[in-house]
Amino acid sequence: IKEEKQRLRKEKKQQKKNKEKKDEKASHESEKKKNKEEKPVSAAAPASQPPTQPSTQKAVPAPAPVPVPVSETPALADKPAKTKADLKAERRARQEAERASKQAATSKPKAPPNELQPVVKRLPEHVQVDNPGVLKKLAKKLERQQIPLRLDYGYKVSLFSHLHQYSRKAPLTQQLSIPSTVIHPAIVRLGLQYSQGIVAGSNARSVALLHAFKQVIRDYTTPPNEELSRDLVNKLKPYISFLSQCRPLSASMGNAIKYIKKEISNIPSQCKEEEAKRKLLSCIDCYIDEKIILAAKAIAKSSIEKISNGDVILVYGCSSLVNHILCEAFEKNIKFRVIVVDSRPRLEGREALRRLVQRGISCTYVLISAVSYILPEVSKVFLGAHALLANGYVMSRVGTSQIALVAKAFNVPVLVCCETYKFCERVQTDSFVSNELDDPDDLIVTRKGKTQLEHWQDVPSLGLLNLVYDVTPPDFVDLVITDLGMIPCTSVPVVLRVKNVDQ
Amino acid sequence: MPGPDKETDLTERIEAFLSDLKRGGSGTGPLRGSAETARETTALLRRITAQARWSSAGDLMEIIRKEGRRITAAQPSETTVGNMIRRVLKIVREEYARSRGSSEETDQQESLHKLLTSGGLSEENFRQHFATLKANVIEAINELLTELEGTTDNIAMQALEHIHSNEVIMTIGRSRTVEAFLKDAARKRKFHVIVAECAPFCQGHEMATSLSKAGIETTVIADAAIFAVMSRVNKVIIGTQTVLANGGLRAVNGTHTLALAAKHHSTPLIVCAPMFKLSPQFPNEEDTFHKFVSPHEVLPFTEGEILSKVNVHCPVFDYVPPELITLFISNIGGHAPSYIYRLMSELYHPEDHEL
Repeated sequence: IKEEKQRLRKEKKQQKKNKEKKDEKASHESEKKKNKEEKPVSAAAPASQPPTQPSTQKAVPAPAPVPVPVSETPALADKPAKTKADLKAERRARQEAERASKQAATSKPKAPPNELQPVVKRLPEHVQVDNPGVLKKLAKKLERQQIPLRLDYGYKVSLFSHLHQYSRKAPLTQQLSIPSTVIHPAIVRLGLQYSQGIVAGSNARSVALLHAFKQVIRDYTTPPNEELSRDLVNKLKPYISFLSQCRPLSASMGNAIKYIKKEISNIPSQCKEEEAKRKLLSCIDCYIDEKIILAAKAIAKSSIEKISNGDVILVYGCSSLVNHILCEAFEKNIKFRVIVVDSRPRLEGREALRRLVQRGISCTYVLISAVSYILPEVSKVFLGAHALLANGYVMSRVGTSQIALVAKAFNVPVLVCCETYKFCERVQTDSFVSNELDDPDDLIVTRKGKTQLEHWQDVPSLGLLNLVYDVTPPDFVDLVITDLGMIPCTSVPVVLRVKNVDQ
Repeated sequence: MPGPDKETDLTERIEAFLSDLKRGGSGTGPLRGSAETARETTALLRRITAQARWSSAGDLMEIIRKEGRRITAAQPSETTVGNMIRRVLKIVREEYARSRGSSEETDQQESLHKLLTSGGLSEENFRQHFATLKANVIEAINELLTELEGTTDNIAMQALEHIHSNEVIMTIGRSRTVEAFLKDAARKRKFHVIVAECAPFCQGHEMATSLSKAGIETTVIADAAIFAVMSRVNKVIIGTQTVLANGGLRAVNGTHTLALAAKHHSTPLIVCAPMFKLSPQFPNEEDTFHKFVSPHEVLPFTEGEILSKVNVHCPVFDYVPPELITLFISNIGGHAPSYIYRLMSELYHPEDHEL
């Protein structure tokens, strides 16, 4: 990977100098295309864009792993290189000839997306907190976008030193200047809602994000000499950085953002601004309708077949989808009762309890440590998911894997309900490499007037760990109910492939 | 005459002990550790032996049984009381047998050979009177008390055999035995401890503060994260409330989940339990096994209206089957769970299993 990066940097340098040479442009285009296929996560612009304008070359750094230093180094390298221009020109010409011949020979790997792609994604920043180089680059990027950097809080357990740990009492908005000209106020509000936990749950977060983007699009005007398709995407980048500083993006949000960026880039350049905005707004509405609302209806329909009279169903925490399913089943006059399992410190189960009791469903409530006491009464377990990973693991609220484990020990079937837009191409085998650390002060509790952990920061060898997610291995899960049907856990990569071909 | 005064004094003490048990046994965590309960029970039994009126061993056993039934009825979940009573009864039997001069029946188990040779159950009615019996019994009870004093230290002494350096150890809730065990090992070795807080009583917090003050690297996690962090744990060391006759445990709630997670990752589960926690009960007794406390701990009254429409459970104990346990560490050494039945036959007489 390092050689690739260096090669790319060299190419960028050449690009800046020999813009007029057509053959280099052609080779650059093909290089760019190849690199774009390799790094689709950061792909902001499709390959169809002609790299004619020099200004856009900085703004379309999709192939480059790090946009900032690359755009800077050619500027620096220009001066010394000019003095050794002859030697360098010779070497470059030779390299170009080699590359051109190699590409002519090996044109197959850049084939259409039907074939297997070596998808090497860039490692996201939020799992590289222990790498000072990455942190510096992030700080530079945020400075450029005029977004404040959020600082970590408290003693981090050594196993998790690669993750961020923020305090809820220090939201990012305190560091923003008022009025903030860079970030749209709807986004600022959204970021605050995320970081304070007011909007929580992957569906809620995605829908809130899409509504905020709709507001942004409505208020957007194309500046002169710019195209809407490119400029709007660039406008969205600082917003996304801001939101990910407030709270790391979820897989569903990531997929929604990818969809929006694709739709924006596909707007033809001759389209009028009003029409383009209207189209985008209707695209977003369509996405929400299809992927979230209709999907919930389809999943509810399939799940109701699995619920029979006299069932005792166990649910964990507050999943909007599972609550929807239970309410629908209750409307259909199926007689069942629900056991809601909850866990500290989030205690989301109380919200689910309120919603179910309001509908009239008879419920029982226990904490997660009592699960092995209550499980002999249970006939089925319904769990929600945050994301489904490509190796069949289910990423969900911490404690889900525990419930699946105990259910397996008591031979109770475990059903996971998940919409397809939450499927993601990452793979993960344990809950350490990529997770979210919540505010450690949440674990502190006062019982009988005594708060044991009040001064935990003063004790050097004491740490508090507040994980948000965990991964459940696929052998604990019996069935996944999605809007495409009921599939086993291991069929997730098949669904992903089908979706990619469709797109 | 000191007789009647002694008796009233005795009954007073018994009553005080009973009310203490009833109050102290609420689910907000034992106000006294089980070691203290065991010591107080034994001291009380010694006092009964010394002060009550009895002429033969049979009388003494009757008195002890009667008082024992009352005391266990006051707090059925506090099994150490019953265990101590059975130990003392066994002591009385042994002393009687020794005074009579008959060879000690070390093997109390019924065997086919014994059935054939003895021709029916041996009739020991314990009616003979021995002058030295009282003194012998009291001496033996004193020995038992010294044994009880040293249990925690004996267990802690074995710590270095089981903990190596740079280990990650997981525990749940608060156990004084485990605390002493880990602190003893920390004097010589460096390791990391993860404590699961064990909601709703959150006794893990106390354990963590106490361990970290001794200089051990401690991390507190929520119960929900037990399976998530288990893959990095090398050993699980827990305490328990009772060790049952089949080798299973009656431990604080959440322990079964911990044991299942340890089994899934093939992590050894070590139970530090002194001998006085061994009880001849089996886990089948549904109505006496579980103990529940106020659901206010789980869903507080501030939640409002939904409280009347919802069932809330707050069990205190969990059953852990013996297949999930790797090792028991007690004050007389380490044992496998399959050996527990043998230890029980050494401690208690089969006729005393039902008080």
